[in-house]
Amino acid sequence: MNAKVLALLLALLPGPAFAQGFAGLGGSAEGFALPDPATRLTFPADHGAHPAFRIEWWYLTANLTGPEGTDYGVQWTLFRTALAPGEAPGWDSPQLWMGHAALTTPQAHFVAERLARGGIGQAGVSVAPFAAVIDDWQMLGRTGPGQDALAQLDLTAAGPGFGYDLRLTAEGPLVAQGQGGYSVKSAAGQASHYYSQPFYRVAGTLTVEGRAVPVTGQGWLDREWSSQPLAPDQTGWDWFSLHLEEGARLMAFRLRGASDYISATWIAADGTVTALPPGALRLTPGRTAQVAGRRLPVEWRLELPERGLDITTTALNPQAWMGTSVPYWEGPIRVSGSHKGRGYLEMTGYR
Amino acid sequence: MARAAFGALISHWLRHPLQLAMLLLGLSLATALWSGVQAINAEARASYAEAAAVLGQNRLTRIEAAAGEPISQEVFVALRRAGWPVSPVLEGSLRLGEARLRLIGIEPLTLPAPARQVDLAAGEDLAGFLRPPGLIFTSAETAARIGAGAADLPPLRRADLPPGLALTDIGVAQRLLGQPGALSHLLLDPAVPAPDPARLPPGLVLIAPEPEGDLARLTNSFHLNLTAFGLLAFAVGLFIVHSAIGLAFEQRRGVFRTLRALGLPLRALTGLLLAELLGLALIAGLVGLALGYGIAAALLPDVAATLRGLYGAEVAGSLRLRPGWALAGLGMALAGALISAGQSLWRLWNLPILAPARPREWARATGRGLRRQAVAGVGLWGAAVALWALGSGLWAGLGVLAGLLLGAAFLLPVLLAALTAGLARGARGVLGQWFWADTRQQLPGLSLALMALLLALAANIGVGTMVASFRVTFTGWLDQRLVSELYITTRDPAEAQAVQGWLAPQVSAILPIWSVEATLAGQRGRIFGVADHATYRDHWPLLAASPGVWDRVAAGEGVLVNEQLARRARLGLGAALALPGGGALPVVGVYSDYGNPEAQAMLGDAALAARVPAAPRLRFALRLNPAQAPALAAALTERFALPPEAILDQAAVKAFSLRVFERTFAVTAALNALTLGVAGLALFASLTTLAGMRLPQLAPLWAMGLRLRHLATLEAVRALALAAFVVLAAVPLGVALAWVLLAVVNVAAFGWRLPMQVFPVDWLKMAGLAGLAALAAAALPVLRLARSAPADLVKVFSNER
Repeated sequence: MNAKVLALLLALLPGPAFAQGFAGLGGSAEGFALPDPATRLTFPADHGAHPAFRIEWWYLTANLTGPEGTDYGVQWTLFRTALAPGEAPGWDSPQLWMGHAALTTPQAHFVAERLARGGIGQAGVSVAPFAAVIDDWQMLGRTGPGQDALAQLDLTAAGPGFGYDLRLTAEGPLVAQGQGGYSVKSAAGQASHYYSQPFYRVAGTLTVEGRAVPVTGQGWLDREWSSQPLAPDQTGWDWFSLHLEEGARLMAFRLRGASDYISATWIAADGTVTALPPGALRLTPGRTAQVAGRRLPVEWRLELPERGLDITTTALNPQAWMGTSVPYWEGPIRVSGSHKGRGYLEMTGYR
Repeated sequence: MARAAFGALISHWLRHPLQLAMLLLGLSLATALWSGVQAINAEARASYAEAAAVLGQNRLTRIEAAAGEPISQEVFVALRRAGWPVSPVLEGSLRLGEARLRLIGIEPLTLPAPARQVDLAAGEDLAGFLRPPGLIFTSAETAARIGAGAADLPPLRRADLPPGLALTDIGVAQRLLGQPGALSHLLLDPAVPAPDPARLPPGLVLIAPEPEGDLARLTNSFHLNLTAFGLLAFAVGLFIVHSAIGLAFEQRRGVFRTLRALGLPLRALTGLLLAELLGLALIAGLVGLALGYGIAAALLPDVAATLRGLYGAEVAGSLRLRPGWALAGLGMALAGALISAGQSLWRLWNLPILAPARPREWARATGRGLRRQAVAGVGLWGAAVALWALGSGLWAGLGVLAGLLLGAAFLLPVLLAALTAGLARGARGVLGQWFWADTRQQLPGLSLALMALLLALAANIGVGTMVASFRVTFTGWLDQRLVSELYITTRDPAEAQAVQGWLAPQVSAILPIWSVEATLAGQRGRIFGVADHATYRDHWPLLAASPGVWDRVAAGEGVLVNEQLARRARLGLGAALALPGGGALPVVGVYSDYGNPEAQAMLGDAALAARVPAAPRLRFALRLNPAQAPALAAALTERFALPPEAILDQAAVKAFSLRVFERTFAVTAALNALTLGVAGLALFASLTTLAGMRLPQLAPLWAMGLRLRHLATLEAVRALALAAFVVLAAVPLGVALAWVLLAVVNVAAFGWRLPMQVFPVDWLKMAGLAGLAALAAAALPVLRLARSAPADLVKVFSNER
């Protein structure tokens, strides 16, 4: 989705030009390329960076289970933001990179952040073979010939008190969000290019305060790029990625602005995509919790009558706060009600 | 009673305003010189601390190449990719006309929090900082110094940074310093866990943070020298205070007796005198502080220029009032007053209530102390010699100086007493005998002032000899070393290439001047690459050399080291010196390198290039027919649109070096002159003191028929004679002082030893000055005597106690 934590990097530039919306994502996109509904996704090229656009990310979340049935959540994100469109060699490169890694347990939430300049080799994305890296954090493709470059990934990251080393195998196809990968973000027409791989089976090892924990579970990768994905009045969003027990997946988001903009995609177990019309899904915040000095809804009700869906999501750890350069809430959730399952929730822009 | 007694005591000063002025002037001058020097030192140290704190370098561990050479950018990327939380830094010196900037390139995204010197997040500055052409942050003072040179730089932004420092993005720094892809060192972020230090790639080393910083260590000797001067000036000032207080106590003996006889307890009298003294000291101390501030503010620009020229250390040119030196200065004033008055107070304490005032008797009794003084003086000289033979280092050198000077001061009265006794014996005629005997009898009262004069003269002769020797050596050395006709600095490698190509057919040689930072025998320093050319073979000043030295250097089989490095690391010919790129080479020669505090080595051009990552060659020395140099310089400027400071002819470089040299000693000269002035005042105070007491001794001569005018002339001659004796003693002492400065202190402080040369004409000047000072000091008492009313002289007989 959508407005994932859009280029948080822009928060490093809180000048007047960047003061719009969350993390400056409502700012103007002068000189940058704009998403075009006529553009078709092409792979593997679109797995790589799009330097003509202002912001982009490779955003992976995973719901994992340990040997005693304990639930864990893992996040690995590489953000790209451009000070100017295009690329230049060495330190003159206008591309900036930011990595976020997190590990959530029912009791604790570990976070780390990395920043890097483009152009010198400290961070970046290459397509063949696929590699997204910042410092020693890596998302490496180890795919055989004929397979999609993202079909199999090795994922590593570490920070104070935690680390992980995971293997991801896709058990379904890539999924284009919105209209063939063109995802509208506001009534005014702001949009992004957006596709996902929501079918990862995950196995590997977590390190929690020096203790190794073998885990298995499910993962979801989002790829999105844009230049001005938010309307100027939009201040934040609530975004869901759900793995339901029957094998279907649901992506849903609400952009909060002068009027809320809600969008959702139903992904059947075989990868068939249905973009739900605006208004089809009802999103209702429930119980709130005090997190990092703010009040956030950690329970939600999602209703989708046409699919007979009426579920409640509960945070595994309500304190899943990302205290990074641009702070936001991102953590694993459990699904109960008409459908069972689990997934990830991201909430931004709460004051 | 106490109030009345205090009034009686104080009234003395009202009747003797000159004495009061002397006391206050002496003490405030002493305080002024001392606190002025301390203010300068405090300002400089504060600047060093600020510089050491730049980028949190006093708190952050860093990674450097083992031999101190630049680190390649690929190494930085490889370390990041291996999980090391490092941030790259490139430091270098950027010359803009005569201004020199310490340019530091940083990478703001990885920079550890303690190193964040400038708040980039506070505006749009981050984008401007990262994107070409970049931004440069400096203090307002530095920006003003850059002035027109800023035209060649990215836009400047104000920031609270130490003077002379400029902060910019790493990419901009690499471009401006002409070192693409090079880094000086890496900072380790303490907030992020790092891999095991044992896994650091070979060739790199972790350096623990230095709380002090190189500058403070490097300049320590300079400040110690200044402090020694301040202390000398303070001591000389105290001589004035001592004689003024001594006189006031002597003249008030009658009052003391009367007050005691009236029933004032001794304890109360002492207390009152102490209170009076401390009150005066406080006033003088405050005046001294104000004067000291003035002196410091006046001298600071010169000191700052010196430190910049000599050490590359940047010191703010403006003075701040710091409580540290102000309180210390006031404390020195009070302590100085107490020390000066100690003897007088002690005498008062032991004064029999009805003891007759017998100044002459007292003076003779003091003479008995001469033997003790002689022993003390010889003992101090012995200690100085022992320290010179056994000790080492700067403190030992200063100890030798102190022993030498103090010993001489103690011995001076002994010497003068023997001299005057001999002259009295050899004198023909009764008047001559009386003249010398009377001179001898005055010695105890004058000896302190004469000691002060001796110290000031010796310091002047010694320091003057040292500076003049240095100047002669330095100019000769410059002539040897600066033989190329033109020196040019290009802006980037491409321009350097183009300039070389254009110049090649027009000059007889293009000699690159390039260097890399390196750690040499554990010291920070630089290695220069030298071309194999007659310029070096025929002219370069070598202090010691192995056979075939230049052939071996050119072949990369040997290395030259500067005198500083050779002395500090005890590297003789044949000793092995570890070099960047691995391995060690034998030292095949030692060259003199004045004006540079750092370790330095020279290696053949190709041999150095093979050892270190490609360093830029942007500066060149050109050999050509000197007559064509101006035309070529003009053509070069026009052809490549070089800024005017990019091309310097030999004369300009020499003039610049000499200007730095002169500035270096401007402060020394100023302190010297002030010390001599203070010594003159001390003499004046002593002579005035004695004049008041001597009327009873002169009155009989007058009564026997000697005219007053004749008596006054004799007094003036006496002052001159004494000054002459002191000069005679000061010359050998000054020469000895110069020798210690050149052979012991300079070697310890700077690492070079200079040949001593003597300048007798300067001594004559000094003798003339001393004579003038003596005459000026004697003028007032002599005039008073000449104009004494006969009645005053007659009164002496009626008042005789």
